[in-house]
Order: sequence, then C-alpha cells, then structure tokens
Amino acid sequence: MKVTINGETKEITKQVNLRELLKEFALPSERIAIELNREVVRKKDWESILINDADKIEIVHFVGGG
Amino acid sequence: MTDTFTLAGKTFNSRLIIGTGKYRSFDEMQAAHKASGAEMVTVAVNRVPLDRATESFLDYLSPEMQILPNTAGCYDAEHAIRTARLAREALETDWIKLEVIGDKITLLPDNEQTLEAAKVLIKEGFIVLPYFTDDLIMAKKLLDAGCPAVMPLAAPIGSGMGVQNPSNLRIMREQLPDATIIVDAGVGVPSDAAIAMELGADAILMNTAIAEAKDAAQMATAMRFAVQAGRLGYLSGRMPKRLYASASSPIEGAIK
Repeated sequence: MKVTINGETKEITKQVNLRELLKEFALPSERIAIELNREVVRKKDWESILINDADKIEIVHFVGGG
Repeated sequence: MTDTFTLAGKTFNSRLIIGTGKYRSFDEMQAAHKASGAEMVTVAVNRVPLDRATESFLDYLSPEMQILPNTAGCYDAEHAIRTARLAREALETDWIKLEVIGDKITLLPDNEQTLEAAKVLIKEGFIVLPYFTDDLIMAKKLLDAGCPAVMPLAAPIGSGMGVQNPSNLRIMREQLPDATIIVDAGVGVPSDAAIAMELGADAILMNTAIAEAKDAAQMATAMRFAVQAGRLGYLSGRMPKRLYASASSPIEGAIK
C-alpha cells in the first residue's frame, strides 16, 4: 500500500502499526510526535493504530528556531 | 535587587528569552545560551527527515531551560493549531509561542488567524504566547481570549531593525498596565533591547541578534546587560524630556 509520510509517497509492504512504522524508517521514537490524517496520535496509541492505504502521516521533531 | 519575571505561574530570574535557530554550531549555541542567562528558549517543530539519521537537537539544550516550542512556518490558524498539538505531544508542555505568518517576504503576523488559533488552543488548555503586530487593540483581544502575555514585534523577524514604533509600545504599556508584554522579534543590537525594556516591556525574545553576531556568546552577554539596564531604567522612572537646557550647576553664585 501507499502512504504519504512527511509529504513523500512511500510504499509499505505490510500493514504495520505506528511504532513499527518508525522502526521501518529507522526514526527516533523519543521527543517526536505523529499526526495521522491531521489528528495527533498519542504515544500510548502508537501500537494499537495500524496504518492504511492512502494515509497521510506527519512525523515531527524539534529543530532550532526563534 | 530582586526583580523576577512571572509568566503563567512560573517565575524567571531573567527577562531575556532566546532562540535556538541560525547558530553556526551547537557549541556556539550552548555558549551563547549560557552567557545570556536566559531560562527559556524557543524551538521549532519540523518534519523528521526520512532519508538520514538526525541528532537529537534537544540534547544540546541545558536541562534547566524551559523549552518553548513555536509554530513558525504556519500560514493559517489550522496549521498553527496542528503544530501546537504536535509540540505538546512530543514535549509534554502546554506552552506554545503562537506564530501565524501572513506573508513570506515580511514574515509579518496574520493577527486575525493568530487570534482564531489562540482561542482554540486556550480552550484546549494551552498556555498561548502570541507573536503579533504591535497594536493595542489586538493586544486587548488576545488578552481577553486568555493569553497570559502578548508578544508584539519590534520590527520584522530577523531584520535587526530595532523598535520601529516606540509610541505603540508606550501606548500598550500605559493602557495595559497589568498585562505581560514580551517584545518579540526585530532587536538587532543591545541598545534596541534596552529601548524596548525602557518603554516598559516585561521581557524580550530574540534569536538572530545573538545567533548572527560574529561573537554570539559575547553578544548574548551584552543583551543580558542591556535587558537588565533597560529594566532598571524603566523602574527608575525617566526624567522628563525638555526642548531647552536645564543647568545642572547653580547659575546663581557664579563669579562675574
């Protein structure tokens, strides 16, 4: 299935939950946040929420800013 | 003299809040942060790159610093609200520097969208610190909406132009004596910071003036003193301005 992560289209071979998705892309799991189709997903729900075809996912962290 | 600064129930010894952007290195940022004496720093929320490993930027911030995430890069209320919610989830803080930009060239705030976003976020329990145009009426609306402070600009973000409209800040201070006013954006040199504080600002938020200085840590020290000097000047009550001279030495008794 195809999902959009941070604006990029990505092919995912099997249905995974959000925590597995982070692992798949070797992304950090601390001090980041995930939004699934414009709704923030609480960290405690990362395991229970499976991604679906055409999902739009934003994964953010912190950078320098003013 | 003890002159602490309380914001949303939290007391700070420093009236200088600084950014974390544009530094040439993490070492330089850390040195500047230390020199500034600031106890709160701003950070930006950004997409995690998918193609490369990234360092945890937050590890370079002193653990004693209060982290204030911002909604930089948002051009409407909806994006700012989403960004604030993400920041809260990631950092477990209700504090947000609300910034809704209206235009890419000037980075001037969209006050209407800012107010709209502030109302939604306050309902959700956020401590909203809004960046906005230095306008008294807008300040009143933001305070009425429940913002614990207002953050008028001195000049456009990163411009270093200093306080462009001192009368607006004076009016805001006089008309809103109990409000917390934090001048955010536009400071270029220490005298700009001192002027803003002399006009009655409660604190100053700056980034570029320190980060882009040739010696960032030294500029941070200068800003620390400028904020303190301006604050003391404000509290001391300035002399009146006069068009003509007023002799300091006695006129009577001078030899003829």
